[in-house]
Formats: sequence, C-alpha cells, structure tokens
Amino acid sequence: MDIRGLTLVVSACALGMCGTAFAAWEPTKPIEIIVPFAPGGASDQMARAIQGAITKNNLTKAPVVVVNKPAAAGGEAMLEIKAAKGDAHKLLTTSSGLYMTPLSSKLPVSWRDFTPVALLAQDEFLLWTYNDAPYKTAGDLLAAAKSGQNIRIGGAGSKREDNLITWALGDESAAKITYIPYAGGGPTSVQLAGKHIEASTGNPSEEVASWRAGNARPLCLLSPKRMAYKEKITDTAAWSDIPTCGEQGIKFTYNMLRGMFMPGGVSNEQRDFYVDLFKKVQETAEWKEYLARNALLPDFRSGASFVEFLTADEQRHKDLMDKAGFLAK
Amino acid sequence: MEEDVQAERGISRRTVELVVASIFLLLSVVAFYDNYTRGAGWASDGPQSGYFPARLAVIMFLGSVFTFWVALRAKTEMFVTYEQLIRISKVLIPLIIFTIGIEWLGIYLSSALFLALFMIWLGEFGVIRSCASAFAFVIVTFVIFEKWFQVPLPKGPVEALLGL
Amino acid sequence: MENLNDLLNGFYVALSFKNVGFMIIGVLLGIVVGVLPGLGGPNGVAILLPLTFGMEPVSAIILLSSLYWGALFGGAITSILFNIPGEAWSVATTFDGYPMAQQGRAAEALTAAFTASFIGAVAGVILITFVAPLIASFALKFGPAEYFAVFFLTFCSFIGLGKDNRSKILVSLCLGFLLAAVGLDSVSGELRMTFDNPQLLRGFDFLVVVIGLFGVSEILVTMEEGLAFKGKRAAIDLKVVLKTWAGLPKYWLTLVRSAVVGLWMGVTPGGAIAASFMGYGLAKRFSPKGNKFGTGEIEGVLAPETAAHAAGTAALLPMLALGIPGSATAAVLLGGLLIWGLQPGPLLFVEQKSFVWGLIASMYLGNIVGLIIVLATVPLFAAILRIPFSVVAPIILIICAIGAYTVRNSGFDIGQMVIFGIIGYIFKKLDYPIAPLVLAIVLGDRTEASFRQAILGYEGSLSVFWSNGLVGSLMVIALLLLFWPIVTEQITAFRRRLAGAPSGS
Repeated sequence: MDIRGLTLVVSACALGMCGTAFAAWEPTKPIEIIVPFAPGGASDQMARAIQGAITKNNLTKAPVVVVNKPAAAGGEAMLEIKAAKGDAHKLLTTSSGLYMTPLSSKLPVSWRDFTPVALLAQDEFLLWTYNDAPYKTAGDLLAAAKSGQNIRIGGAGSKREDNLITWALGDESAAKITYIPYAGGGPTSVQLAGKHIEASTGNPSEEVASWRAGNARPLCLLSPKRMAYKEKITDTAAWSDIPTCGEQGIKFTYNMLRGMFMPGGVSNEQRDFYVDLFKKVQETAEWKEYLARNALLPDFRSGASFVEFLTADEQRHKDLMDKAGFLAK
Repeated sequence: MEEDVQAERGISRRTVELVVASIFLLLSVVAFYDNYTRGAGWASDGPQSGYFPARLAVIMFLGSVFTFWVALRAKTEMFVTYEQLIRISKVLIPLIIFTIGIEWLGIYLSSALFLALFMIWLGEFGVIRSCASAFAFVIVTFVIFEKWFQVPLPKGPVEALLGL
Repeated sequence: MENLNDLLNGFYVALSFKNVGFMIIGVLLGIVVGVLPGLGGPNGVAILLPLTFGMEPVSAIILLSSLYWGALFGGAITSILFNIPGEAWSVATTFDGYPMAQQGRAAEALTAAFTASFIGAVAGVILITFVAPLIASFALKFGPAEYFAVFFLTFCSFIGLGKDNRSKILVSLCLGFLLAAVGLDSVSGELRMTFDNPQLLRGFDFLVVVIGLFGVSEILVTMEEGLAFKGKRAAIDLKVVLKTWAGLPKYWLTLVRSAVVGLWMGVTPGGAIAASFMGYGLAKRFSPKGNKFGTGEIEGVLAPETAAHAAGTAALLPMLALGIPGSATAAVLLGGLLIWGLQPGPLLFVEQKSFVWGLIASMYLGNIVGLIIVLATVPLFAAILRIPFSVVAPIILIICAIGAYTVRNSGFDIGQMVIFGIIGYIFKKLDYPIAPLVLAIVLGDRTEASFRQAILGYEGSLSVFWSNGLVGSLMVIALLLLFWPIVTEQITAFRRRLAGAPSGS
C-alpha cells in the first residue's frame, strides 16, 4: 500500500503540482463531490445545486459529478476522504455530522484529517407543530410537556442535530420530551402532518411543502436572529415573520454548517482553486436561488476564519453531546 | 445413477451440512455476545438496541442445533464431486483474482483481462478475437458509466496515464 | 368531469413533438439503468437531474419520469434472463421468471413481466388521475405502529409456516435479520455488531447481497453442471407476445389482487419492494397452482411485477398531492420540482395545472411508449441467451461487480458480493431457502425501527399495536395469513377423514 500511495503522490505531482510553478492549478479529470447522504436529501440537493451552477456558468473545464455514499450516517464517506490523501479531485459536503458522527460512534476520523475549503452557508432549524395543534408558541409546547402530557418531537436519526435540539429544549425547560428518530427529514415531515408526533425540528427545506399545504406551521426559529427572506411563502407569512425561539424565552440556539472539504495532504494552490471556484459559485443566480428556496443563512468563510469557526463549533458540539450523553462510551 | 454417485469421489453432503450448521452456531454466539453486552433488555421507553438481535441469535442457535442433529443422523449423500468442484473453481478463482485486481488495476483493466482470459481459457476462442471483444466491451462500459451516467468507477494506473 | 378535461389538456401538453422525444429518450435510458444492477431508478434520476436545470419543468419531469418507467420495466430483464435482479423490486420476479427462461420460455416470461408492469402502472396512474387528494390523506394515517403492521403483514403473507425445512427457514430468516442489523442502529444511534471494523460499519446492503446470492451463485451452479445455460433455445419472434397475451385474461384475479396490493403499498408508502414480495406471496397462497410456484409459473411473474409497478407509480401520488416522497425516486423528483422552481404540495394542483396534468398524461403515454419499446426488444434480449456461456459468464460477473460497486460506490462491496455468491451456492445445494433471508435483509431494519419508534411514542407500552382500528386490523390479517397454511392443512386433513381416505403423511 505504501508503494502505491507513493506512486499516487508522484503521479499527482507529475500531473498537477509541478505544473503549478507556471500557472495556477487546475483539475485534470472530473471533480467528484461526495455526498455523505442518500440522493434527495438536503446535502444532496446542495451538491447538485453547486453542480448545476458550475456547469451552467462554465466555471471549470473539468466536469463535476456527484457521488452519494450514505452508509453509516456519512461515516463511510468521511473515512474515504481520509483515505484519499492528496487527491485534489474529491470534495466532501458536510453538515454537523462532521463532528457528531465520529463523536457518537467512535469513528476514527475528524475534520482535522481533511483540508477545509469553505463554509458555504448555515442551515436554520425551526420548531414545527401540526397545523391545528393547540400550541401557539414554543413555551406552550414545553408547558404541556411539564404538565405531564406525552410530548413527542420527531427528527432525522439518533444522536444527531434534531436529537440534540430536542434534548436541549427539554434540558433548558426541565420538561420530559420524548424524541423519536425517523429515517430522515422527509418521513419526519409526514409523521408530523399525520399528527403522530406533536412537534419536529426540521430545516426550512424539509417542512416548507408541509407548511404551504397547511399541514404544519412553525412555532419558532432556533437561530439568534430572524431570517431575512421577506417573500411570502404562505398566503400570510414569510420566513422573516417567524419569531426566534429567543423571543419566546428560550435561550438555546442552533445553526448547522454547510461546508466543503478536500482530502488532507493537498497543496495550497489546489485548495485555493476551489476556494476561488466557490466564491464564483456564490455570485451565480442559481446559487442565490438555491439559498432563497431553502431559506439558508448566507455565510461564506474560507481560510483561517473557517478553521476558527470549525474549532469553536466542534467544541460546542462536544460539550453539548457530553451533557446529553451522546458520546460513545 | 445411484451407482455413479457411489463411484465418484467428492465431498459428502453431511460434512457440508455439519460445517455450515457449525458456522451458524458460531455466528449466533458472536451476535448474541455483541448484543447482550451492549444491552438487550427492555428499557422504560422500549426495547434496547440489542433486544431483537439477541433474541434472533438465540433462535438461530436453536435452529442450527436442530439442523446439526438432523444432519448427523441423515444418510450420506454427495454434495459435490471433485470433478464439479474443479469446474466451479475454474470460474470462482479467476473471479476472486478479478475482485482483488480491481483494487490495483482499476475495474476497466481487470475486466478486460478477466473477459479475455476467460474466453481464451474456457471458451477456446482465438487470442485476437478474445482480446478484441474484451477491449470493445470495456470501451462500451466506460462510455456508459463515465460519460453518459457520470458514475466514476474505480480506476488504476492505466487510466491515470491516459489522463482519464 | 373536471378531471377529465384537465387530463385532455395534459395530453395536449405531453403530446408535443419535443415531449414525446424526451419520453422515448427517457424510457431508453431508464431501461439501461434498470438492466444494470446497482444503478437503480433513484440514481438514474439523480444523475440526469442536473441536465434538466435549463429545461421547461414539464419537459424535465417528463424526461425524468419516463426514465423511472424505463427503469421499472428494465429491472425485470436481467431477473428473468440471468437470475440477477436489476432492481430490488424485481427480486420476486426471479423466483418464477428465471425457471421459465431455463425452460426456453424467456420470451414468454419477458412479455408477461412487461405486460404486468404496464397493467400495474396504469392502475397507479388511474388512481392518481381520479382520487389523488382523497387517497393522499390516507398516507398520513400511517404512524410507526401502522408501518410495523404493514411490514409484519408482508412477512406473514410471504413466509407462513410451511411444512418442510422449518428449522432452515428459521435460520435463514434470523440470519437475514442479523445481517440487516449490522451497522449504525437508526433508533439508538449505536453501532451494532461491527466489532470496531470499518468495513462492517457500513452494514450489508440489500442489493449487494442479492446480486451475490442470485447472480453469482447461479453462475457457480451452471459451472458445476457443465459449461452451458440450461435454457433450451425456443424459436423467438414477436408472435410469442400475442400468444402470451391470449393466455393472460384467465389470471385476472391475480392481476387485480396484485394491483390493489401495489396501489396500497405505494400510497402508504410501504414501497415497491415490499409490494412485490407481498404480491408474490399472496398469489402463491391463493392461486390454485400455488404449490407449483418457483418452478416457472407465469402467474409468479405477473403477480410481483404488477404489484411493484402499481406501487412504484402510486408512490408519486403522495409526492404530488402532499409533497411527501413515497419512494427514493420520488424523493429525488421532489428535489427536482424545487429546483425547477415548483413548490410541491396540494397547491401544485391549483397553481401549476398544466404541469401536473402534463405529468399525469405523460404517465399514460410514457408507459405506452415504454411497453412498445420493451416488447419490441423481447427477441433481442432473449437472443442474448444464444451467446456462448464462456462469453456471457464473465460479462455477467463483471456487470454484477460494477452493480455491487455502484450501489454505494464502495469497492469492498464487490468482495461482499463474491462471498454472498458462495453462500448462495451452498444454500441452494443444502436446501436453505434464500427468499426469507432476502426479505429479512430488505425489510428487517425498517421493521425493527418502526416497532421501536412505535413503542417510544407510546411510552414503552405494547398496546400501541391495537390502539386503533387500522393497526389492529392489519395485525389480525397478518396473523391470519401466518397461520393460514396450518388452517388449510387441518381443513384438508379433516375432509380426508370425512371421505374415509387414508390421511397423507
């Protein structure tokens, strides 16, 4: 394996790095965006939006392909990127699973094994309930839980973002809330619309259809600030009309990174190529449309500021997961 | 027919039954151990993650004990003759080499080699015809997967040299 | 009726020269995707999705949904010819389709499969056309307890307590459940039976296991018996199609039953895979020729194909009407709708009338186009069996390997496939039934997860499984089906005793 790894590095050098003395690095074969989740999910949609934006605007000569590696809650994709050291044609889309999967499953991988490229946006979380539920605010819901009612909050997966938020809400208000893990955001939305659970903690993209259809409605936004999107989504409300949970007296806030990584051991020129590429992507109409459609919080960071963000975000997850008892024993 | 079976040498069905049942016994013990140590009880909010697997492992254990017992008492039959086994290994061994080869040579080169050698060796086709078919097949596969559907398959040093 | 008017307008949209062209391209690509194991409908749709960004939404969805129909049709081809399920939902098709091919009736089996697919799909589209909003809300009634009941019902209808080899059925079933449990447990977030091995971490994928158990092991069995396919070469021409059609009407009951099962599983959404198994299981249970199933009975091809397609089509209904993905492919299409700037949900029917009805019209047309294309290719596919084994065998094995790889883009899965090929060979020779293993791998995890979700939501109490009429009646039907063979056994034994005949052993 060692010899093979060496030849790879040498050939990578022959193809790429050694040429960079004269010109900036450029990809020489298709760029693979690896999505650690199944087709159709939020990460997949982002990767395909990026693919569309790049292809439509001819931002690179090399074709862009999206590869889904959903096994083990993204663990497999992360292990593969770790193993693909020095391969500058692979990218990994990430969410909070970047820290949460290794922490909750003892997986021998961390974002420090990768090369951080850029933070593309942050995803929002909201507390939703079904449309004719008696709860008007998050406070009503938590009060019901405290009074002994069986309050069930559903979300995607176990020991992941939705689970953590549910735990934090229960912890802050000293109420007993049951968390029910479903296979993903889609099934959760159906369960909420069918009133099999009292609330869910979906992203805007996961619940927007249900909201418009009058099956579900948002209680509050788990972000420090209200969203900026003022366009009406339903007949009466826009994303910006949704109060933050802070306005309803809840201190806990949560946002999720949506970023891009490369394998470790790539050169700075190679990384800079992608940083530059994603800067261009940010400017495209397709990307702006994508942000608005999924009500993402625009937040582009690269270089040191991205690393700083990651360090702080990881520490926060570690502390929260420790308190919630999500860390692998 | 019966006499033929007696005359031919091979592995008896009873042996294989016993080996397979033993493997299942072992697997069920391993599975039970893993699930039991992780927690196979019924917690206040429902079954723990090991609850069902541990019970299934017990059922599998009992089923395999029964199979083992039945096999012990069964009269012996032929499972596979050595002649048949050799024929099977003619495809199984190249298949295993092919699978390992993918890791080193990439899927396209090892497929071409696998197909060409198989045709020459077992099909007794001419060398040129075999190599040409193998080459054509690999090109078609490449176009379908890499170009049409943009599904990257494992590649090796040859593709790297060609810059694909 | 207003719906009919809208539908006519839809046909007007879908029948444009350009859209019919997209339909044909989509179906052809879909057949390729469906034939190649591993590269399923959802992947095909996901891969083509970016190419449609610049297109009109109607054309884009016509292209993609036609690809979906093509994949649904294509899955049956390799199942019948080589015993390799091209798609998960065509596993049950192999049970009788492959024996038919071995008897030289490949063309008949292919025709039956395609026609059954078409009937199932049309049943699905009719449902969508007339009762979409009404039925869609029924999908919402399904909580975890109901899901569990449906999966339980699938197991019961498929397995039952047969007479022979009970211990081996049990072992095979348990092995399937245990394999399905390997990896990350979705309910507790814990790793199960991975023994800190990064390869086991990913668990066992259903399709990889199936490609090995069916496709690879079949090659080994064929090798053992000498270098040739057992299939007799029958004369192949398009007349077979007409002959097969002439024989279909007498199976109307099977077709209707499977279509109903499929529609129901598609809407609820139990999915096409469960539907195909349930369709096969019920046909076997209730057909007068049930005991011959597995030896090349045409009914055993019709039943799973009709159910799978009815389910696959009906799965689009919750997506259109509620914005709920009923299947993985529907989930990808849902993503597509958003990208094209359409908001799925009940309002879609109001805001985007021409889009919705254009799509529905294209479902009729796409399936007709698909049926014509696949039927025309029946002789072509059946002719593949004439190629010498020493050429076809390595090609099949290579395609299996690529298929195993593309399921999750993982090289280790190819090794897994080979191991399951050997296991499949041994199972066949030792009379371990493979079907319970396969069913347990595909539904085992989901069955367990919905059981635990149901219990979690009901504060740890088992009473959730008879907490309402829906789940209660599902459970009762399931138990009835489970014990049905024993009941019929007793009845026949009783009758025999009355008749004074010596009872069978």
